[in-house]
Amino acid sequence: MADLSIDLAGIKSPNPFWLASAPPTNSGYQVQRAFEAGWGGAVWKTLGDPILNVSSRFAAVSFNGQRVAGFNNIELITDRPLEVNLKEIYETKKRFPDHAIIASVMVEPQQEKWHEIIKRIEDVGVDGYELNFGCPHGMAERGMGAASGQVPELVEKQTYWAKEAASKPVIVKLTPNITDITVTAEAAVRGGADAISMINTINSLAGVDIHSWNTIPHVGGKGAHGGYCGPAVKPIALNMVAECARNKMINVPISGIGGISNWQDTVEFLLMGSTGVQICTAAMHHGFRIVEDLIDGLSNYLDEKGISSVMDIVGKSVPRYSDWGNLDLNYKVVARINNDVCINCNKCHIACEDTSHQCIDMLKDTSGSSFLRVREEDCVGCNLCSIVCPADGAIDMIELTNELPPMTWNERQSFLGGISSESVDFVK
Amino acid sequence: MSMTSPLKGGLEINFQEAERGLSPREALEESNRCLYCYDAPCIQACPTGIDIPGFIKKIASGNFKGSAKTIMTANPVGASCARVCPTEELCEGACVLNHSTKPIMIGNLQRYSTDWAIQNKQALFKAGKKNGKKVAIVGSGPAGLSAARELALLGYSVTIFEAEKNPGGLNTYGIVSFRLPQSISYWEVEQVKSLDVDIKTNTRVGVDISANQLTADHDAVILAIGMSDVPKLGIEGENLAEVYDAIDFVKATKTGTITDKFIGKKMAVIGAGNTAIDAATCSIRLGAEQVSIIYRRTQKEMTAYDFEYEFAKQEGVGFHWLTAPSRILSDESGQVTGIECVKMVLSEAGEDGRRRPVQISGSEFVIPVDGVIRAIGQSRYVGLIEQFGIQHDDGVVTLEGDSYRTSNEKIFACGDVIFGKGQGEAMVVSAAQQGKKTAYEIDSILMGGAVDIA
Repeated sequence: MADLSIDLAGIKSPNPFWLASAPPTNSGYQVQRAFEAGWGGAVWKTLGDPILNVSSRFAAVSFNGQRVAGFNNIELITDRPLEVNLKEIYETKKRFPDHAIIASVMVEPQQEKWHEIIKRIEDVGVDGYELNFGCPHGMAERGMGAASGQVPELVEKQTYWAKEAASKPVIVKLTPNITDITVTAEAAVRGGADAISMINTINSLAGVDIHSWNTIPHVGGKGAHGGYCGPAVKPIALNMVAECARNKMINVPISGIGGISNWQDTVEFLLMGSTGVQICTAAMHHGFRIVEDLIDGLSNYLDEKGISSVMDIVGKSVPRYSDWGNLDLNYKVVARINNDVCINCNKCHIACEDTSHQCIDMLKDTSGSSFLRVREEDCVGCNLCSIVCPADGAIDMIELTNELPPMTWNERQSFLGGISSESVDFVK
Repeated sequence: MSMTSPLKGGLEINFQEAERGLSPREALEESNRCLYCYDAPCIQACPTGIDIPGFIKKIASGNFKGSAKTIMTANPVGASCARVCPTEELCEGACVLNHSTKPIMIGNLQRYSTDWAIQNKQALFKAGKKNGKKVAIVGSGPAGLSAARELALLGYSVTIFEAEKNPGGLNTYGIVSFRLPQSISYWEVEQVKSLDVDIKTNTRVGVDISANQLTADHDAVILAIGMSDVPKLGIEGENLAEVYDAIDFVKATKTGTITDKFIGKKMAVIGAGNTAIDAATCSIRLGAEQVSIIYRRTQKEMTAYDFEYEFAKQEGVGFHWLTAPSRILSDESGQVTGIECVKMVLSEAGEDGRRRPVQISGSEFVIPVDGVIRAIGQSRYVGLIEQFGIQHDDGVVTLEGDSYRTSNEKIFACGDVIFGKGQGEAMVVSAAQQGKKTAYEIDSILMGGAVDIA
């Protein structure tokens, strides 16, 4: 069995699965239950000055009958006194010395406030800190969370202040509610962050009740934006992790967060540069027991691939992520329909005909039976048909050999006229 | 299938709809499983051409009214068809998911939408602006109702003449309640009546009003009279009191109170069509202790749908294949005591392409029974057809070419009255489609309307 233990900036954990700072890590009771179930670590629900919460806090988005495709919350940081949390952290760490406990922290952007809270937490034996610069609702209105996390200078300064007081590694948790997350990630690194974690939740309104016209959720007839997470945000989170992972200035480990629901999602985040992952919504949907398959599935995957340690796959796909201008314009795939597998739902035809490149024909054979065929010379390889196809294996995207050598847009532009200033970088 | 013990007072429960409808959650999940095929084969397989992916998508989106309207637009008896269509031979049989997972429960989803419309008392249609033309329809079964609905939408003044006390024909009287409750049929009738269609019940054409009068008073007449009673077996003893016509037998369970006189009795049903199955399962649900279907051919030749056969077996009906009745026995008081049968063997195919059963001499045996139900097909209303003076072949009305017009250019026919002799199909859904097409044909003749609207 592969070694699943990780070392993230010096924080050791028996496996890469941590519970993210959120309702599941609100108390010692919960975190101990999670560790009993097998979770490798937990980021304790954000410590700070106790707050007041509202009632009616969560909402979820269903898609085609599937519950919790996305999840939205307006709950704030811990509403329990700091000393109670610290006592429970101490007890939990004592019972589970090999599991990682990270204290999430949020205070006002003042040096003495950061020094004060870090010093108070130091004694209870946490393995590290996670600075919450991401919470988008409530706390942000008071200048904390995402409000300070959106200002690179404040990210840098607060990280520096926390590091001044901390003897354990400091992870900076970043908000996605920003145009380019690498800017704040770089600021965290400049401030001395030992690691970064992302993403926190995305500003969201889960829905509007079309009958009462109230927001979802509403608090006595009034709503406010919340933070969005769950499976729907995974691609957004994965891109942000990947952008940071491939950025040379951001040379610290990444703790990946955002819609991770199973071991396959985990593998994707690890390949894209996460050293471990944090999970919340999936646990809130199904309970802590999901960790059993997270561990089992990951372990079987690694064994099957002949990989001895989970750390060996971290970042393996990062070199394959680049800018559009570096993609080969001469690479060509076309759709090919396997008529023996095709069930003739014609979804590929109508998708291509109405919304793509009009190259899938509905035909009849000599016996009058319907079949579909791609006019490969007109197919641009957009993948849409294979995306909408409900029959596994009915449509393959086939790589065509091309006599032309690879040629990227950037290469083409520099070749044409040899103007070096034409080099295009679409991301920055 | 759960049944109560066959005690008096419990029997009514046996005649309530056997299958429960989908729950909202089941309907949501099942509707989302539909692929929403383009040029979907299920539509092509539906005789009325319901936009099935369309109505299913509307369930998924929560547009139940739109869903019910999509169904009922294409099929004026769509709520009944949701329950009685042989879906595995039609829409569900054509579902592309047969090739990968399992077909969508189209019939149950159709029932879900139409049940919603029924429970929420929805009026889905409005009569068209009157065009001054009058059409008489004889019979208010699926074909007649369907024709009436389409004509009313097109602006015709429609009068339906119905011999029975209540409208709906086969759907009201001929299909067992535990598969199709009368309330469903009546809702469909109300949908048609709400379009200013006048339904004159207890009015037998040929008795209460003459065929000639009807033809003279209207711009067109549609004969949608279905079929008549079950013919006689032609064997000794069949005039005894406990020998029943299957159609009447089923009808009796749908009118008035449920009788308790079959509790603990042994019954034989002659024939193996869908009506025979209905009579047999009705007998079981009336408390009969033992019910035997007697058929002179084999399971392979029987005309009952597979799902009906399966249902009958589950209900506990026994089957005697290659067996023909030769005599019904009775005691001195005239009470049926048994049925004498003879074993058969199949010989070469006859004129109709089916292998002919031949008696094995000396193979007679007696099945002790207390009653016998005849279910060997239905006879025709030859007398009424002849009063209209139109051509027919043994009571099957003859149509002109590829149309629903009879030998009298003012008179049209659809539904079971044209079934047989290579014409039409005896399904409710086919009758509904014929009714629609008859309406469009009349409209094209009288008003120059476009044929083939649907």
